[in-house]
Amino acid sequence: MPVQHAPPPPVEDEACPCRDGMFAPRGADRRRFLFAAGSGVAMGLSTGRARAEDNPPAGARSFDVPDDPTKEQGRAVGADGGYGSRSQFERAVRVRYPTPNENTSWSLTPLAALVGNLTPSALHFERHHGGIPTIDPDRHSLVVHGMVGTPKRFSMDDLRRLPSVTRKHFIECSGNGLTEWKKPTLKTVQGTHGLLSTSEWTGVLFATLAREVGLAEGGAWVLAEGADAAVMTRSIPLEKLLKDGIIAYGQNGEAIRPEQGYPVRLLLPGYEGNTHIKWLRRLEVSDKPFMTREETSKYTDLMADGRARQFSLDMDAKSVITFPSGEMRLPGPGVYNVTGFAWSGRGRVQSVDVSVDAGKTWYPAYLGSAPEPMCTVRFTFPWSWDGTPAVLQSRCVDETGYVQPTRQQLLAIRGDHGPSASIYHLNAIQSWAVASTGEVSNVHA
Amino acid sequence: MSMRERVRGLGPTAAALLGLAQLVTPAASQTAAETRLGVGKPVTEVELGAYFSIPPSGKGLPAGHGSAKEGAVVFQEHCAACHGEKLQGNMAPGIGADRLIGGRGSLASETPIKTTESYWPYATTLFDYIKRAMPFSSPGSLTDDQVYAVVAYILSEGHVIKTDETIDATTLPKVRMPNRDGFIPDARPELSLYR
Ligand code: HEC
Repeated sequence: MPVQHAPPPPVEDEACPCRDGMFAPRGADRRRFLFAAGSGVAMGLSTGRARAEDNPPAGARSFDVPDDPTKEQGRAVGADGGYGSRSQFERAVRVRYPTPNENTSWSLTPLAALVGNLTPSALHFERHHGGIPTIDPDRHSLVVHGMVGTPKRFSMDDLRRLPSVTRKHFIECSGNGLTEWKKPTLKTVQGTHGLLSTSEWTGVLFATLAREVGLAEGGAWVLAEGADAAVMTRSIPLEKLLKDGIIAYGQNGEAIRPEQGYPVRLLLPGYEGNTHIKWLRRLEVSDKPFMTREETSKYTDLMADGRARQFSLDMDAKSVITFPSGEMRLPGPGVYNVTGFAWSGRGRVQSVDVSVDAGKTWYPAYLGSAPEPMCTVRFTFPWSWDGTPAVLQSRCVDETGYVQPTRQQLLAIRGDHGPSASIYHLNAIQSWAVASTGEVSNVHA
Repeated sequence: MSMRERVRGLGPTAAALLGLAQLVTPAASQTAAETRLGVGKPVTEVELGAYFSIPPSGKGLPAGHGSAKEGAVVFQEHCAACHGEKLQGNMAPGIGADRLIGGRGSLASETPIKTTESYWPYATTLFDYIKRAMPFSSPGSLTDDQVYAVVAYILSEGHVIKTDETIDATTLPKVRMPNRDGFIPDARPELSLYR
């Protein structure tokens, strides 16, 4: 892994030697951090002194950089065509996990690059089973039928006409961390925890739609179906949908992104990501689950005795430190603002503890905002590093009193028998080792 | 004089009160009278015929039938390129198609192999999934007869049914998959974590 030994070319005016150590180097190809064995290729960092780059980062446009921006006019108002883009100096991107097939695959959120609590829509993790469909909202509708009084079709206009709610929730794939059961595998927090993202979602409560169609006696499950090439289906307990299920068309103040289910998706706060059916086109109320492929062949948890847990829907309480985290390098002893995310699928985060000695002693972390139900919260912990090796951990306690477990505790219950066994729902405490050189790496402690 | 102008003439508190009253009174009575808003168009049975989702009972299975012999032809033509001539799967770049048979008895071992034969609890799921999502390169393109046939072929190659059985809406729900009783409810939150 020569990546961490190859510092980016020096940038004259960046006096602080910690710049590249504290944060993943800007010019680096993130892919190499995650998966590749690393080639010694010099990182493509452009100092951007003057000329616009030919290849700006995804989502950015490249402009010439003036020596002194106070001495010439900037860009004209409206020159962006009316829709802004991020700065050409911001390079964090999602990275696709190298599954053989690019249409049934996933991409991970660069958690260490995030600021605050929300995930920018363009960096929200993805998991698709049949690629990203292109859907004209004028031709899309949601049919609600089955054990209902009046089966109905709702156009996008119909949905927008109904009373809406706006709520912040995380979505986490139940496969988040699946590479980490047996040994520390992926290098960065993007690899180990990047199937987690948080958005402000806007849409209609399922309960509102339920009144429009009328629920028949005996309904207990609802099939949700997407309009993608996988025609993805999951059976959802009706009770959950009536409690807080949202038919969401808005994400972070604008229409949901195509990768996130444009024009409309299901949002099931705290449930595993694959149940939040994207490109939602149909809800069928039934008395029993349908036993679709995604709730039998996949998204079930095979235990050591050969039996598999089914409908393991809730995401348990979890947390992770994003700074410092894998592949970073601390420039030397001193004070660091340890930070990360905590979340629970069963309610609010109650508290977060941080340990710098592999879990022997714990200190309370500071929560950056009032925890909301089934939503991430950012935590911080000021740490004075004396330069000796340390192992950093965080531990989430949710409002139900559940304490985030260790990996050993989970293995003792679920067994450890091969990569295709219980791969989902790893919510164990994550350890980052800080070496005396300041290098940070993924370890099992 | 418009409403807005009239309100502007009043003190701030009075304006707020007036605004509130204007908004609350009609809305409140509307809510009390009817919680259903009458949004959305009723759909007919014919329109609903465009959709399917087949539960273990087999409800909604279409007419038609197929045998393993017919299914072998369908499989070679539409599936083998990705899933392999012997249904062994193919994890090559660009393919990533699951292995479909074998692995029976491996689930509690150190190397569990999850396939339709060893892991899937219901045969109806096979029909539902292949009809909706396969062949991956052209999803939903098979006729119902072709789906029945290829399901029969996969089940027969996995020794779940005999090679000469015909699969249709009546016989498919009766097929008992080897791992039918292999699933248990979610046991989380796990109690031992509270010790
Ligand atoms: C172009 C390649 C391709 C072709 C052709 C193809 N498949 Fe697939 N198949 C896949 C991929 C990829 C997946 C995994 C999809 C996913 O991950 O969601 C899959 C999954 C499946 C599964 C689910 C396996 C499991 O254990 O969950 C079945 C069953 C299946 N295919 C049957 C078929 C049949 C029957 C045909 C022919 C009618 C067919 N496939 C044609 C690529 C293909």
